[in-house]
Amino acid sequence: MKSEGALEKILEKGEFAVTGELGPPKGNDVEVIRQKAEYLRGNVDAINVTDNQTSIVRMSSIATCALLVQMRLEPVMQMVTRDRNRIAIQSDIFGATALGIKNILCLSGDHQIFGNQKEAANVFDIDSIQLIQCVKTMRDEGTLLGGEEKIEGKIRLFIGAAANPFADPFEFRVVRLAKKGKAGVDFIQTQCIYDMDRFKEWMRMVRERGLHKRVHILAGVTPLKSGGMARYMAKNVAGITIPDSIIGRMVKAKEPVQEGVKICVEQIEQLRQIEGVHGIHLMAIEWEQRVPEIVKQAGLLPRPTAS
Amino acid sequence: MIVGERKPLNQIRAMLEPYRKILILGCGECVSVCMAGGEKEVGVLASQLRMLYKKEKREIEIEEATLIRQCDREYIEPYLDKIYQADVILSMACGVGVQYVGEVAGERVIVLPAVDTKFYGANLDAGIWAERCAGCGNCILDKTAGICPIARCAKRLLNGPCGGSQGGKCEIDPEVECAWQLIYDRLKERGQLELLEDIVPTKNWKPSLSGGPRKVIREDVRP
Repeated sequence: MKSEGALEKILEKGEFAVTGELGPPKGNDVEVIRQKAEYLRGNVDAINVTDNQTSIVRMSSIATCALLVQMRLEPVMQMVTRDRNRIAIQSDIFGATALGIKNILCLSGDHQIFGNQKEAANVFDIDSIQLIQCVKTMRDEGTLLGGEEKIEGKIRLFIGAAANPFADPFEFRVVRLAKKGKAGVDFIQTQCIYDMDRFKEWMRMVRERGLHKRVHILAGVTPLKSGGMARYMAKNVAGITIPDSIIGRMVKAKEPVQEGVKICVEQIEQLRQIEGVHGIHLMAIEWEQRVPEIVKQAGLLPRPTAS
Repeated sequence: MIVGERKPLNQIRAMLEPYRKILILGCGECVSVCMAGGEKEVGVLASQLRMLYKKEKREIEIEEATLIRQCDREYIEPYLDKIYQADVILSMACGVGVQYVGEVAGERVIVLPAVDTKFYGANLDAGIWAERCAGCGNCILDKTAGICPIARCAKRLLNGPCGGSQGGKCEIDPEVECAWQLIYDRLKERGQLELLEDIVPTKNWKPSLSGGPRKVIREDVRP
């Protein structure tokens, strides 16, 4: 076992995994974390904790993950290279693993221009693929980046990364996944999927290279709240395409909330049929209270035990 | 070349507040070519300031001069007399010129910047300059199809393009080209896409500014 974590155990057993997402508070209000976490408890196998997503300052991913560990939940610590150089990254990995964190998601991170500290300098000492390599070196070789310094103790982490099949150039997207595989990634969470045809085409290319056998792919889904949200996301969120048919359903729906949940459940059902998809990553952004019904309606309950 | 852009007049005016005898000093190299601080721009700035001071009813002496280049001692020295006669030097060179005129002229000479030094760039079209090099000290253009991701990718990625590349544009701005899309397209054109399959290892930033102020010493051309 690489991490002894629940996510790794469930995926290695061949069970269909479910991960959720929790955005930390814009401050130190632990109650916000507790509330969101309770919606997720029992409904997901692990909880991604975002690392200052869209460059908005929030409680640190490490601290939030440590609080989840105290609450006996399994976090996936997101780590971006935007804010830390390789000194801080490796130091934070020492600290995170000491605090009981067993999963890491390696990201480069959204540019600071999207956030609330636009005048900040960024770091980008290393990129997400190099971060995967760095964590793998620490875990499997027991040394720091560069290979000389021995680490005191043992780093046990299940290494994740992101993939966006909807970014360009499309043909390169599977090459990028292959590079992440080569770097040593164990699991992948994708950008939220609305364009099922393009996702299926990407998965076909993934299978063609045999990557689905080496990397666990968790397909990203996000329930839509309203026709307005669908339109907004389609237009403004980088790397997301939403087909007109879905936007149309949301706009026409008398009860958009129920329609959004219904679409999400349908998407999960379709995704489960695709060879090589080993789970879903449910990103109910600021809508964690909908997670229990989505997971239930999708027939994903009860969650398997990790042991 | 080093691309600069003249500071706004009100900002320059505010810097000059305590001084009566001003020497505006242009530079004949990069800032001349990018039309920020050459002889012509010295003339324009001098006229603007004279008009401004006239309106304010203030008697200020403004001298003009343009050197071949402000980053070379031999071109600064012939102007030292002129420099010593002024209360302040308003340099229209890049940041190098501003500092080096001060270094050559001595501690008592005040040199102020009239130009913001922007980047190392190329002249794409009349009136358009764009960044092409970040001066990282360790050129990798041989590995990236001649397109620099350090200077041209907003995240300086070595294994791009990231998930924010859409329709050839960067996620930070629909006007900004994705450098990695450009690299991809060129490699595809050359039939070398397999180069993108290999992971580019972490970059050594020691030769960059991260390693501290840099210096080149060439013993073969030293006296």
